[in-house]
This record gives sequence, structure tokens and C-alpha cells, in this order.
Amino acid sequence: MISGPASTGEVARGPTARVPAIRMERIEKSFGAIRANRGASVEVMPGEIHALVGENGAGKSTLMRILGGLMKPDSGHVEVNGRDVTGWSTNDAIAAGIGIVHQHFMLVPTLSVAENLVLGCEPKTRGIVLDYKHAADDVRKLSTETGLVIDPERLISDLSVGEAQRVEILKVLFRGARILVLDEPTAVLSPPEVRELWTVLRRLRDKGDTIVLITHRLDEVVEISNTITVMRAGETVARVKTSETTPAEIARLMVGREVSLSAGKRVQPSGRPAGAQPNQGLEARNIIVMGSRGIRVVDGVSFNVRPGEILGIAGVEGNGQTELIEALAGLRPVFAGEILIDGTDITRRSVARRHDAGLSHIPEDRHRRGLILEYTIANNLILGVQKYFSRNGVIDRDRVKENAIRAITSFDIRPPNALLPGRALSGGNQQKVVVAREMGRGFSVLLASQPTRGVDVGAIEFIHQQLLNARTQGKAILLVSAELNEALALSDRVAVMYRGKFAVVMPSAEASEEVLGEYMIGTKKGTAA
Amino acid sequence: MSASSLAEGTKPTFAAAPWRERAEEALIPPLVALLVALICGDLLILSYGQSPAAVYRMLLEGTWGNAYGFGQVLYKATTLAFTGLAVSFGLRAGLFNIGGESQLAAGGFAAALTGLVLPAATPLIFALLICMIAAGLAGGVVGAVPAYLKTRFGAHEVIVTIMLNFIVLALLNWFIAGHLHVPETLHTPEIHAGVLPRLADIDSRFHGSAANLALIVAVLVAVAVWFYLFRTRGGYDLRAVGLQPQAAEYGGISVGRVWMRALTFSGVIAGMGGINYVLGYKHYYEDGFASGAGFLGIAVALVGRNHPFGVIIAAFFFATLSQGGLAIHAFVPKQMMDVLQGVVIIAVATAVPEVRRILRSARKRSDA
Amino acid sequence: MNPISFVTQMIRIAIPYLFAASGGVVAERAGIVSLTLEGFMLSGAFAAVLGTNYSGSPWIGVLSGVLGGLIFALIHAVATIRYRADQVVVGVAINLLAIGVTRFFLKLFFASSSNSPRVAGFGGNITMAGFDNPLLWLGIIVAPVMAFVIYKTPFGLRVRAVGEHPDAAESVGVSVKRVRYAAVALSGMLAALGGVYLALDQHQFTDQMTAGRGFIAISAVIFGRWDPIRAALACLLFAAAETLQIQLQGSHAIPSQFIEMIPYALTIIALAGVVGRAVPPAALGRVED
Repeated sequence: MISGPASTGEVARGPTARVPAIRMERIEKSFGAIRANRGASVEVMPGEIHALVGENGAGKSTLMRILGGLMKPDSGHVEVNGRDVTGWSTNDAIAAGIGIVHQHFMLVPTLSVAENLVLGCEPKTRGIVLDYKHAADDVRKLSTETGLVIDPERLISDLSVGEAQRVEILKVLFRGARILVLDEPTAVLSPPEVRELWTVLRRLRDKGDTIVLITHRLDEVVEISNTITVMRAGETVARVKTSETTPAEIARLMVGREVSLSAGKRVQPSGRPAGAQPNQGLEARNIIVMGSRGIRVVDGVSFNVRPGEILGIAGVEGNGQTELIEALAGLRPVFAGEILIDGTDITRRSVARRHDAGLSHIPEDRHRRGLILEYTIANNLILGVQKYFSRNGVIDRDRVKENAIRAITSFDIRPPNALLPGRALSGGNQQKVVVAREMGRGFSVLLASQPTRGVDVGAIEFIHQQLLNARTQGKAILLVSAELNEALALSDRVAVMYRGKFAVVMPSAEASEEVLGEYMIGTKKGTAA
Repeated sequence: MSASSLAEGTKPTFAAAPWRERAEEALIPPLVALLVALICGDLLILSYGQSPAAVYRMLLEGTWGNAYGFGQVLYKATTLAFTGLAVSFGLRAGLFNIGGESQLAAGGFAAALTGLVLPAATPLIFALLICMIAAGLAGGVVGAVPAYLKTRFGAHEVIVTIMLNFIVLALLNWFIAGHLHVPETLHTPEIHAGVLPRLADIDSRFHGSAANLALIVAVLVAVAVWFYLFRTRGGYDLRAVGLQPQAAEYGGISVGRVWMRALTFSGVIAGMGGINYVLGYKHYYEDGFASGAGFLGIAVALVGRNHPFGVIIAAFFFATLSQGGLAIHAFVPKQMMDVLQGVVIIAVATAVPEVRRILRSARKRSDA
Repeated sequence: MNPISFVTQMIRIAIPYLFAASGGVVAERAGIVSLTLEGFMLSGAFAAVLGTNYSGSPWIGVLSGVLGGLIFALIHAVATIRYRADQVVVGVAINLLAIGVTRFFLKLFFASSSNSPRVAGFGGNITMAGFDNPLLWLGIIVAPVMAFVIYKTPFGLRVRAVGEHPDAAESVGVSVKRVRYAAVALSGMLAALGGVYLALDQHQFTDQMTAGRGFIAISAVIFGRWDPIRAALACLLFAAAETLQIQLQGSHAIPSQFIEMIPYALTIIALAGVVGRAVPPAALGRVED
């Protein structure tokens, strides 16, 4: 599993052994049942731009939050500039010069730039009055010094995303940060804003500051960083110099997974002549979905999925897949475009009426959307189809019970107690409940979003088999998966989504990790078929 | 057969295993509150130089120990049951109906008017039904206002219902004081039809108490609410919206429509409570009869853990406190009960999240 | 009805609202729901009468009144901040508790179910129309002072941050809990002053004498969109309506009940966004994890 010149714990030291700016070793951190960090480590030398790379859930943010004092590690060792600081508080970290620029901005929207900057360390005149003029002057001074120009009087809610990010960076510099950690800074930036950010970061590095960049956008990583640490599933899998590696290699380290699915397994062609039923299945025409601050998170996506076909959407999360599925499911409004199921336009239809049209949806977030944690398994199994289990408004408890027994038996849901509340089950079993429900009703189109995330290996196989069975029965399935192997093994055709567009669509027989990887990280841009 | 089959010996069950968990989370907070109330009660009683044991005994004798006292408890519990059911119904959908007092008053007013308008010869069953419908409608209209404002404008129902309380009560006061009152009083003339028999008419031991057959209606409403919430599709949707609105939305449930229904029917239930005073006790509408019933309804819903049968029990508890205050008045001022009410509410409100947190982390540790 | 007497009466009526609304603004801006103003006011009124009665000095009454409000505020703060109990439920409970406690001690200390003995107050010179009462002047300046505190001091900045985006405040080392405790305590003391003014002006405490003023104060906070000066103007508006109603008492032009409704109706209209949206602080009432 580990490749690259350095493995966990070993560090290539140059001839002059400098003290690392950051050194974190064997960090363990769990949240309940979730092990976010399993013996992760990272070493950052002073004056470099260091990229911390990995998928969602790899543990990068958790690691950096521990560094910033927002949480304490369960075990492990943290050193900053040679000093042991394991388990310190945010105030200690700020005082020691660590500044974290969060992915979701920690800025108060109703306050001005200057107010946000001085919050917590307000300059005062005569002891009680807030010295606004002083604050504004300080901001202007820092602005000029760093080249991050912003008017201190403006309200945060009036700023563009790029400007707000500048304020976040100024905020940490204001408190004397010399080690900056930026968490997914480019996630909401346009390409010109990204270039501006690089200029700022380079200037800071040249000044002697140390920068850690948490990201999964590998094209950018290659542009800006000196060293890269790759994390996967809570562990550190590699540490390499940027100049000594390639994007494809990084992608492979980031994205691959050991699984009982062997790479190379492919679905058998279903034997249906292509285009036999032009009006059937799922069709999307030029879908545009708006996100916050006027950005198009889905930027003109068109495709169709024919009955008996699985179209897989691969790609690193955060490129619009979630929003696309939500729009198709009716949980998010579509700004422009049409959605058709079996020829019927459902673009303006409610969720319930989309169900009527034959749509089923396995949601990405089973905790928020897919299950009602306080409801029993039996009751969860009828969510969305209650009307088929009620007569004259009264719920037919016998049918609900039958249904539950059937689902528990065929899907091996454990513990097999239909009266347990949803929150009492493990993640895998919760997902089985969702899958049992969504695939247990009559549907012609299925949206399956990260269907095996957080599910144990046996259940994964099972769910995959269910999807393939549905395909054989002539259903149209849209599969979104951050696991490339899964997408390749199950899909007839696979698409890669990057920054809101389909970068490429090709038969999965022709696709491979190497080919798709480049589209996923944006180094190859095509036009979608 | 599918790829995986059940392991040997396991069969799907409908075992009642999770009841213990649920019962713990549900029952411990009210018990904690009871304990806190007892301790506070002890302190207050002692500050009057009395013996807590003697006072508590007197309280029980004066409430559950004799028919008149018990009758009064039944009467008060009936009103509280209605407002408590109303609040808990709204809370099940995630909505806070603080307008119980105005909805109750409006319902009582409508019942009184209907009882005045109907001819005296109307058979009781019809008169009762029509008066109840009028009462429910009036309460429902008052409840529909915050419902609409929330669904359409996102206006928070807490403030709207509180404001509406004042507005509706002022309006009713204007009707009565201006036009409809019997001279020298603030109540309407006695109704002709729809008079509910008192319990005393059935069993003379209850002579003098206000308890009347409205309490049967209260129990029926509680059963109806239980049935709706736990046995119908509408109730399934409503509880889903209250628990996880995003999952409900995902499941195709219209959150806005559920809100509309929940707050409006919450008003209907509270409005129907008006029959206790108007049809069963005084036989007229009196300005101020609903005083305090709305807020106490919140307490009853909270202690009853938003479950219809829990609400009935909690209604009895608070009615006992209220009547008990009168019974022990010679020893300790009944005002002590006002204090205990507030203490119980704060204790339960504080205990609910705390108990949940403690139980859940204890469970997690034992699973790990 | 001459304009001078109208204005002076309006100001006198507005004072309790001004105190309570100023307190409500601070607490709500910090994110804590303030349905409790009524209870704080009532407890302040009673404690003031208690203190004045046993000491003979209204200034001691002021002190004890403030203390009374502070105690209830701390109960509210601990239940909602430390124990994360539902703020609306606890708010309702605090009001009920205040009624109960004041009644109980009214009986205990003064052996009455309805009112206390008469106590000394401030001022009293009729020709001064109430303006010889120092509390009145305090009530006039409390709103501008609160505006200053909220907009011009570090504490005020933290209050505003904590009520809009507590995570952001926490991330720069501001203790959200401590700021909220302070804000609630302040609201308790200010609202209590409203009750103190009321009780000392009437020279006695009567059962439930606040009669819903605390809710009018909340209306003013909402109608004033959580800004101290605008809330104060709303207080004056509501007080003006009330004064109008009193002075028009005999003329039956508009029934008094409709004048009573004005503050509440205006608040509902404000919430429905008919006359511009009343957007509360983003973190108001949310339970932190």
C-alpha cells in the first residue's frame, strides 16, 4: 500500500538537518466509531509550500485541526519548531504562530473586514472604547505588506469568495502567523482567483513563512507545492518531493483501494442494441445548478442513461456530483435545463411525483437524508412509499411487518430486529436498509450516490450484485462513486466530472485508472461525448 | 436467492428490545423533575415552619383522598390535557405552539355562542357535537395564522403565537365587554343547549366539584391523537418532519403542508378544550377563564414527553399540584405551587438534553 | 390634551419598555432567546419593594431589584448555556417561576396575596411630571448607552459575533459561553430596572404587576430589528399608542382593546416581512454542540 520514496515515520533529511516547522507522528483520533486518523504523520520543513493531499474522509482536516488546537489527539506526538505541543489549545497555537484558514470561512457575515480581523484582540482607547480607526489602519498596513488588498470597511457579506478568502488569510497573518494551513482554499475559487492566491502564497513563502495546503486538486498541487504528503483512510501513505513525482502517481496513491473487487473485472455487455429505445431511461439536457455566491456548481451537463445500462460518474468529490444528483432527485432547484424519465419531463416536479414517475434514489448522506434515525427499521423501510403501505390513511402494520421481514432476510440486515431504531445499526446495515427500500419498489431509474461508502466488504459485494441485477432487469442506473474501481467495475459507460462539467464520457471497457485519472485531476480536459 | 443469506439461527424478529432505551430516555427526565420538585417543596415548606411529611399527606388527602378534591383534579386535568395535547402535537412536527391560551379562549367563546344560538330543545348529542365543532374551528382559525405565516414567510411561530395570544384575547375582551356580557359581569349569558352533565350528576360523591363529561372528550381526543400520530400515514409524515425534515423532504413529504396541518390542528385541539369550562362547568364564556392554561400546556407537554398518554398523566400531575395548593392552604400558601410549577419545568427542560447525553455516551462506552 | 403632558406621560410609560428592550437586544444579539424579560422585570419589581421596605431607602431598593433580576438571569443562563435546555421552554418557565416566587414571598414577607405595603420612591413632586425621578433619566439614556456598548466596545463586537457566527468567534479564541453569560446577566439587570422603576413609581408591588410589559419589550426588540435605538423608538411608539388610549379614555373613538393590540400586530407584520424583513441574529436560539 505504501509507495514513494518515503514511508510513514521516515524522513529524508538533507545534509543540513533543519528543525521541521511541523512534525506530527502516529496521530490517532476517533470520533465515536469513526477512526479519522490512524497513526497519521506529517513533516513540514520551514519555508516550504507543503501539500497535504487525499480524498474526502482521508483525515487531512482532522490532522490539521489537531495541529491548530481545535481538538486533541487520542494519542501521538505533535511538535512545532522542535517544541512538543501535543494537545495544546487554539490560543496556544495562535500565539505560537499557527494560522488556519478554514475551508468554510470563519467570518461573521454581518461585520466588516476590520471587525472580523480584530475580533478577540480588539485595540482599545481609554480601556473600553473599540478603536476602529486603529483597527482599520492596522488592516491597511498589513494589506500593503502582504499584497492582500482589501478595504477594511466593507462588510463580509458584500465580498466575493476570493476577497473573503483574502480576509481569512489576513486574519491569521494579523495574529502573527508564520505557519499557515489552508484547507481546500481553491474549492470555491475561479481560475483567475486561484492564480492570485498562488501569487500571495509564493510571496509569503519567499518571506519565510511555511505553508501547508490541504487539497485534492492535483493539478494545482503540482503547480505550487514543494513537497507532497498523501493520506488515505486516516493514514499517511507517502511523502514525496513534487519535482520527483507525477500527477498520475499521486492520483493512484490517493484514489486506489484494496477491495475484493479485482481491477479488471468488467460488466458483460447487456446485449441491448444501443439506441433501441430512444425515449426511455434517464435523460438530462444541459443542466445548470447554481451554488452559493453565484457559482455554477453544475455547469451544463447533458447525458442519458438507457434502460439496462449503468452510467458511472467518477471524479473526486466536490466537483458538482452531489448537486447534480440532488437536482435530479428534486432536492435542489435546477437553474436551467431539462430532466426526463422515460420521455416525461420531470424538471419541475416534486420529489413525490418523481417517485411516481419511476425514480429511486440512494442518497449520499444516509444519516441526514436516507434514514430517520429515530424511526424503526420497519418504518424506515417505507419512507417515500408510505402510501403503498396505507389504506384510507391508516398504515397497514401487517404489510409493513411483512415488508420488513422480507427486506431483513434478503439483505441480511443485522441485528435482524425490525423494531430497532435506525441509529442503532452500523453504517453498513443502515445502507442496506436504504438500498433494500430504494430497490425494493418499482422503479425504472435509480440514482445511486456513493452507495458503498462506509460499508463493510461483504455488504459492498452484495450491494454491487443488487445493482447489477437491476441492470439485467432493464433499469437505468446512474452511479456516482468516488471509488474509481467501483465505478469502472460496475458501469457500462463512465463519465468524469470536473468542476461542474463532464470532462469525458467513454465506454468503461476503454477506460482505466490511468486514463481517467488525468481527467479527474484536471490535467486533461476533453469535451464530453 | 441473493448473494448472501442469513447466518444460521438468526430470524428477523419484532422483539421489544429497544423499549428499555426509549423508556429510559423518556421517563428519567420527568422523574428527575419530580425529585427536584420534592426537594424544592421541602425547602419551601420548611421555610414556613411546617413539616414536609405532614403537608404532603395533607396534599394527597385533599386531592386524591376525597371525591370533591379528586373531582377538582379531574376538572383541571381536563383543560390541561387539551392544551397539553395541542402543544405536544405541534412539537411532534417540530413546531412550538405558545398560543394555547388564545386558542382555548376562542374555542370556549365559539362554544358559548353556539350554545346560545341553538334552541334549548336540541338533543344533547347534536348540541355537543356542533358546539365542539365550533370550538375546534375557532381554535383552528387562530392556529392557522401562525401556520400560514410560517409556511409562507418563514415567520417563527413562537413569537407569532405569543403576539397573537394578546391580540385574540384583546379582541375577545372587546366582544364581551362591548356587546355580549351580562350586566355587572364579564361573561356571556348562560347557554341554552349543549350543557354537559357534571360528574356529580352521575355520582353524588363528586358533589360540588366542577368535573364533567368533557373529560371523556379529552380522553377520546388523546386516543385520536395517538392513533393519528402512530397509526396513520399523516402521522408518519408529521413525525418525520419533526425528527428530520431533510429526510422527510427526501422521502417526498411536503414539509410546508405538514407544518400547516400541524399548527392548525394544534389550534383545533386547544380550541376544543374550551368545552370544559363553557359546556361543563359554568355554562357561559367568561373573560379570563383560559388564563395560564397555554403556558401550563407547555409544561404538561414537556413532562409528558410529547406522547398523548404521557400528556394525560402529566396533566393529572399539574392538576394535582394546583388543587393540592388549595388543600394545604392552611399550612403553606398555595403560591408555593406556582413556584413548584416553574421549578418542575426548568428541571425537566434541563434534564432532557443532559439525560440523553449521559445515556448515549454510557451506551457507547458499553458497546465499544 | 396638551402636547407637553402627552409627551411626559408617554416617556413615563415608555421607561420600563426602554429598560427591558435594551436588555433584550443585548441578550438576543448574543444568540439567546429573551422571552424572559417579563419574568426579569417582575422579579426586579418585587426585589426592589422588598429592599426599600426593609431599608427605607429607594436606592437600596434599586440595588436589590437589580440583584433580583440577576438571579433569575443566571438561572436562565445556566439552564440554556451550560445545560443546553430549550431556550423557549426555559423562557416560559422563568416567567412562571417569577410569578410563583414573587407570589410566594409576597405572602411570606407581607402576608398578602395581592400587594405589598407602600414603600418610598423617587421624586414625587407633581409639577416635575416624574422628571425628578433619577430612574427616569436612567431609562432615557439606557438605549443610547446600550447602542454605544454594542457598536463601540470590544464586548459589543463579541456579542454581535457570537450571535451571528459562534464558530467564527470560537476559532479566534473568544469564549462564546462567557460572552453569552455576560449578555444574559446584563439583560436580567436591565429588565429588572424596568420593574424597579415600575414598582417604585407606584410605591408598591402588586401581583403580576408587569402585566405583559415584558412581551411588549420583546415586540420592540423585534420591530426594532435588534438595534437598540430602533428598539427604543419602537418602545416610544408603543408607549405613545398607550398614552393616546389613556387620554382618549372617555371618548370611545377607538376601543382600548385595539390600541392594546398595536404593538403585537406590528410585530407580526414585521416578522412576515411585509414592511421589510426582520431578520434575527443568525445563531439565535440554536443549541450549540
